[in-house]
Amino acid sequence: MRFALVGQPNCGKSTLFNQIAGYRAETGNFSGTTTTFTVSKIRVLGRVVELVDLPGTYSLAGTNPAEQVTFRYLDEQPVDVIINVLDASHLEQGLHLTLELMELGIPLVVAANMMDELSRMGIHLDGEKLQNLLGVPVLPLVASKNRGIRNLFVTALNTAEDGTTPPRLPYSDEIETVIQDLAQAIDRQVASLRPEGVAIKLLEGETNLLKRVQAKLPEIQRNIEQANHQILDDYGQSAIWVFSTERHQRAKQLTGQVISQTERRRTTRDRLDDILLDPLWGYAALVVIMWVFFQGVYWVGRLIEEPLMAAFNGFANQVSIWLAGYGLLSEVLVGVIQGIAGGVAIVLPYLIPFLLGLSFLEDIGYLPRLAFLMDALMTRIGLHGKAIVPFILGYGCNVPAVMSTRILEDRRDRFLAATLATLVPCAARLSVVFGLVAFYLGPMLALAIYLFNLLVIALTGRFLSRLLPEDTPGMILEMPVYRLPSLKNLFHKTWFRAREFVFEAWPLLIAGSVVLALLQYFNLARYVNALVLPVTWLLGLPAEVGVPLIFGVLRKELSLVMLHQALGVSDFSLALTPVQMITFTVFVVFYVPCLATLAVLRRELGTRDMLLIAALTVVIALLAALFARGVAVMFY
Amino acid sequence: MQLLQVEAGKLVRVKNFTGGAGMEHKLRQLGLLPGDTARVLRYAPLGGPVLIEVGGRSIALGRGIASKVEVEDAACDSL
Repeated sequence: MRFALVGQPNCGKSTLFNQIAGYRAETGNFSGTTTTFTVSKIRVLGRVVELVDLPGTYSLAGTNPAEQVTFRYLDEQPVDVIINVLDASHLEQGLHLTLELMELGIPLVVAANMMDELSRMGIHLDGEKLQNLLGVPVLPLVASKNRGIRNLFVTALNTAEDGTTPPRLPYSDEIETVIQDLAQAIDRQVASLRPEGVAIKLLEGETNLLKRVQAKLPEIQRNIEQANHQILDDYGQSAIWVFSTERHQRAKQLTGQVISQTERRRTTRDRLDDILLDPLWGYAALVVIMWVFFQGVYWVGRLIEEPLMAAFNGFANQVSIWLAGYGLLSEVLVGVIQGIAGGVAIVLPYLIPFLLGLSFLEDIGYLPRLAFLMDALMTRIGLHGKAIVPFILGYGCNVPAVMSTRILEDRRDRFLAATLATLVPCAARLSVVFGLVAFYLGPMLALAIYLFNLLVIALTGRFLSRLLPEDTPGMILEMPVYRLPSLKNLFHKTWFRAREFVFEAWPLLIAGSVVLALLQYFNLARYVNALVLPVTWLLGLPAEVGVPLIFGVLRKELSLVMLHQALGVSDFSLALTPVQMITFTVFVVFYVPCLATLAVLRRELGTRDMLLIAALTVVIALLAALFARGVAVMFY
Repeated sequence: MQLLQVEAGKLVRVKNFTGGAGMEHKLRQLGLLPGDTARVLRYAPLGGPVLIEVGGRSIALGRGIASKVEVEDAACDSL
């Protein structure tokens, strides 16, 4: 027995899934955060049921990959019942998808979620009437408060067992004739869905389905062309717009029949936007919110990091004492321990609080507001407001930053956002800026480097967007209402994202540490330094800096430790001039992101783009470091 | 006129979209179709997006998009 959860973004579908399934889903206010579907086994009245959480989608005629997953799944996998979750406080919009789902001919149950919000807004929904008008069960639900869930699943089970297919609400006469004609040509053997439903999707231009039908009915293409021609004649526009318009009207009409609204109250949440989106106060609030956010993360981070690292270093020392006679083995083992420690030192103190904070901002509904406020700025560097998320994440760790570019529809936007996000100094690079520049030359200079970094990112964005002209005219983004996030959702989402780091990046960190240990053991530093001589010479840095630079790619936060070892001093001011410190730091901030980030870039964008981005960052780093050197020479 | 030319607070009716099929598809998905009545809520400063309300939800549209939405006055027969 298999149940599929289908709903639009922000309808509370993932909240419902998390309430019953546990650890595997993430929820989001940005559409399309769940790009793959998630499955969990649950028990309903003693029966084991497979529950599939499909990505949130506004309609089945999807344009982005996340949306296409939903229709493909329903088309290709056997589903016993669809549970269509809709946000009852936005009924009209939700019914679009419901009407589309009813056409498929798969048993269907509608869950009207957020009934509590509805009554708060002074709206009454006549669920029984809606049930009669649609001809499918409609059940009230407050997923966030665990109300109505049991009832919903029992009804879903009954519907699945009966196998009652939902009725299909007819369109206007002319297009109905066309649908029926085309459906005649498609019989049951071709697709598991209702022939009329298949006909509608074919007319809408669903390509995957077309390929499948064509394999069995090669001549169908001609029927479709004929049908499309007929529709164009009758309606003066293509089938996809006709269907969307008629569904829209039907949804409006249905909503009017079942919703009775006492005067729409302006809620406190509406008033919140008056402040948070205000041209003046909105930006003030943004600065305060971001300041609190980053301060909070670093406060928690420092609190945890020091005792944690002390414990690990003690342990590593112990191991090297125990294995003092074993040479290579001891070096490798210490390398592994340092790799694990490096991961722990990033994940526990910084990444987890960071992701938790970001999930909170996302679930409460602030991220879309941030996108709204930042859109003007982001447009100037060739992106739009939504791309602000990878940037903020980048200050924590570039790995989740690159992953988060998935929320952008356009491949060009994803490439541009990923490139720029890798230029954002992550927490590891922060340690270099702090340990070298802030410590020896003062915090104001560290701040200057940060501002310089922003400037370089902006210039790079402008430059790249010239090369890659935009083909989308800009941002289209729903502004969801503010909602109090549930702790359960926050932890799920944080775990979901941290997990990506743990499994993708951590193993690479450990491998990197082992390579470093081997390098030390076999004393290969000289050769590496010779290799990097052109760069170090150009930047006016001592040749010994080569090793920290090259192997900084493995572990950026170890750059300073390696620098200590390479220069053989514990006080950098004895070995480096202020100019050299600045040049080195600027170069480290910009050049090739760490190995883990490269791995993610490769997965998200492919090998070619990964190499392209790496090469680009080296060029940028060289130019930026040379510039910084030139400026620094004037002051020191 | 373009949606972009409408002052905040005004009610308009959508006539058509001139930004191509991809853009129209996305707008329709969010419940903005020709014939719908929408209210312009606010503009973000410095050439930022415009926020509109349609069918009870708020949608932010970048200026590029908003300039490709043709609208007409809906003040006479509001809602």
